[in-house]
Amino acid sequence: MNSTANFQVDVVIPTQTKYLNLIGSIGEHIAKDLEDFSGDREALAYHLNLVLTEATTNAIKHANLEDPKDTVRVNIDIQEKELIIRVYDHGQGFDLESIANPDFDHPKEGGMGLFFIRTLMDSVSYKNLAGSNMLEIRKSLV
Amino acid sequence: MNLIEEKIKDFNVLFVKDERIDAHNSADLKDYILHMIEKGAVNIVVQLEQVKFVDSSGLGALLSGFKHAEAKSGQLALSNIQNQVLSMFELTRLNRVFEIHADLNDIFEIDS
Repeated sequence: MNSTANFQVDVVIPTQTKYLNLIGSIGEHIAKDLEDFSGDREALAYHLNLVLTEATTNAIKHANLEDPKDTVRVNIDIQEKELIIRVYDHGQGFDLESIANPDFDHPKEGGMGLFFIRTLMDSVSYKNLAGSNMLEIRKSLV
Repeated sequence: MNLIEEKIKDFNVLFVKDERIDAHNSADLKDYILHMIEKGAVNIVVQLEQVKFVDSSGLGALLSGFKHAEAKSGQLALSNIQNQVLSMFELTRLNRVFEIHADLNDIFEIDS
């Protein structure tokens, strides 16, 4: 059987939080099925579930609220040595750099989502594209 | 959200029966806990044995409950947290905020 090391999963969902479970579960399955991954698979499964959930929640929050048919696209690109998550929204966008990490001595309800993404993955960026915004998250698999 | 509240000794124990707490159901949890506090509950324990996944909004809902209980001179503790979920509390240092018990019996033994 040929190697399935490189493949992509591309999903488009309505901007509704009930689909978070679906998106998170895809990440969990990918972690459990990865070939040649020698790290902690259970931890990676949770982390991908969490990061996909947080990124999709963020995209839903930043979606175009005036368009009931607005969608969020989630693309997961699995390569031999790296996993890349790209989440696209059609909202106003936001400044990633302006969002600080939480103050652990004075914990607040918000702001932990991006902290999880930054902490559990290797890099994160947010770009304005023509007609949409893209949150790109990278995680090394070696 | 699937929640069951039980009065055990002096504690109002809230059993979360969903496997997942995320932005889809965390507001229900937050509202339920606030309602418990409004009704006068001061010793709240949230039992998380069934919960396999919590995101930032879930942690936020529990933190909200903790702060509201504290404001009314009450307390909100957690019990039976699964390892992967516990690691999220550790990553955000929230394990230093909440009183976390391995098992409900631990709490009742301390109390008696």
